[in-house]
Amino acid sequence: MSAQPRTTVPGAPASLARSRPRYGESIIKVILLAAAMVSVATTIGIVIALLEPTIEFFGSVSFGEFFGSTDWGPLFNPPAFGVWPLIVATVEITLIAVLVAVPLGLASAIYLSEYASHRTRKIFKPVLEVLAGVPTVVFGFFALTFVTPLMKDLFPFLELDGKNALAAGLLVGVMIIPIVASLSEDAMAAVPNGLREGSYALGASKMLTSVRVVVPAAFSGIVAAVILAISRAAGETMIVAIAGGFKSVFTLYPGDEMSTMAAFIAQAGSGDASVGSIAYKTIFAVGSLLFVITFAMNYLSARMVQKYREVYD
Amino acid sequence: MAILSTPRSAVQLASKGRPLKEHLFRVALMASLAIALLFLAMLLVYVVEEGWPRLDSMLWENQPSIRRPETSGVRSGIFGTLWIIGLTALMALPTGILAAIYLEEYADRTKWYNKLIELNISNLAAVPSIVYGILGLGIIARWMQFGFTVMTGAVTISLLVLPIVIISAREAIRAVPPSIREGSLALGATQWQTIYRQVLPASIPGIATGSILALSRAIGEAAPFLMLGAATLVRFNPEGVWSSFTVLPLQIYSFISRPQEEFAVLAAAAIVILLAILLLMNSVAIWLRNRYQKRW
Repeated sequence: MSAQPRTTVPGAPASLARSRPRYGESIIKVILLAAAMVSVATTIGIVIALLEPTIEFFGSVSFGEFFGSTDWGPLFNPPAFGVWPLIVATVEITLIAVLVAVPLGLASAIYLSEYASHRTRKIFKPVLEVLAGVPTVVFGFFALTFVTPLMKDLFPFLELDGKNALAAGLLVGVMIIPIVASLSEDAMAAVPNGLREGSYALGASKMLTSVRVVVPAAFSGIVAAVILAISRAAGETMIVAIAGGFKSVFTLYPGDEMSTMAAFIAQAGSGDASVGSIAYKTIFAVGSLLFVITFAMNYLSARMVQKYREVYD
Repeated sequence: MAILSTPRSAVQLASKGRPLKEHLFRVALMASLAIALLFLAMLLVYVVEEGWPRLDSMLWENQPSIRRPETSGVRSGIFGTLWIIGLTALMALPTGILAAIYLEEYADRTKWYNKLIELNISNLAAVPSIVYGILGLGIIARWMQFGFTVMTGAVTISLLVLPIVIISAREAIRAVPPSIREGSLALGATQWQTIYRQVLPASIPGIATGSILALSRAIGEAAPFLMLGAATLVRFNPEGVWSSFTVLPLQIYSFISRPQEEFAVLAAAAIVILLAILLLMNSVAIWLRNRYQKRW
């Protein structure tokens, strides 16, 4: 259907051939291509925005200090640039979120895809989408003013800080449940019925069929969903900024206040650092790290789908 | 499960053997879904209950104030959000829909530049929103010298929602069966005439649904605006695209950051407004989908 001339079929009347070039059609195609190129320009813009200040940053702070130290405090005097506290906090909150979201999201997906009636599915899928549409500041507010005080009352032995990684991670987990559930459900719905029927015919129960046949058949889609959810959790800003705090002390205990990479960017970017200063450039260095991590995870997710996809016709 | 009833499907035949384990599994699955939904319900109830004392007309009639939380409103935030959403709709929707048409109707998937565009879009959809804030700060606000204005915010958010618009519009366009296009082409229409008069009208409900959902994502977004200087207290409505501004989610964030209890109540009340706007948009989207969705 493209504008290329078609190969003439022997015996076809010549009058069917295009009499004159259609310039309007070509112009439209160019406009459409330009619109599609905006996305490429966005990526280039992001890379440029990150790269230049990051290079300047590493001109004054050594790679060894950035990745080799656990002292973080670019806004302090004297400043310290060991990024590990931010990485540890990010990994820890992401891990808590995954522990919440993967079991709940996957189980919801199996229920919706394999057990629920058509009508039930039609009601609950949009409700899950509503959960996905709740702004993250709202989750943050809920974590800070409801979940944290509640956990302090119920589990005083945890000695939670007023802002802590546990409540933040928990709510980041709730935030990514719809991503895991919705995308996994899509993957399971794409598994052809013949596989299920074959499994039943061999005497397998519904549970066995779901766990041993449908889930493995949809595995690539499920893994892609989980990786996407992880990268969303790692980059989540508002929940961790509100409920996780900004304290960048190297700690492993999830009851402590800690600052993730995204929370640091938010804190420093919202006005604590003056333009051109080394603290200001730190925002971009941490941003580059975050961008590289999420980019790598997306790539991994896409590769998983390609490599392990079972194609059914 | 009733064992004596006539087995209607293989499912019931199969579950005869291990009824208890099967039953527990089913209950566990339902419980998981219930927990997720319970969180949503608790969140809604809590926010409404907490914000109830401040859900009055002062909320949208008054400007925000640090000194008097009991009469402070969020007017500048509401107007800022409306400006941003309006401009985002003007910029992101046409661009996204045109890009989707290109990718679905024109692009030759074997060409390297088309593969690059596809890869780009799926990657951009997963870039953290705070990184878009860095893009807005470094390129749009400083390099292009748009400053910390409504325009900078709108361009940044447009770029953020663009992948979502493109992906959902592509799905809507793909759902139009090829026979419609072939019929139109066979009658002598050009490719653009086919797209404009057949494909687009048939896919408009799907495109509209996806666009509304993308815009509702934009309404709730706060992180990029933190980087764009919208965090400071703004006590006036935007006067134009080059005016400084704040948005509702960011106003909520700045209320939450204050220690006094009155600000928590105010934040909850503002959240109710934000959620009401979002719920309205989501309902319209779902209604559109159910009302106009065509099955071919």
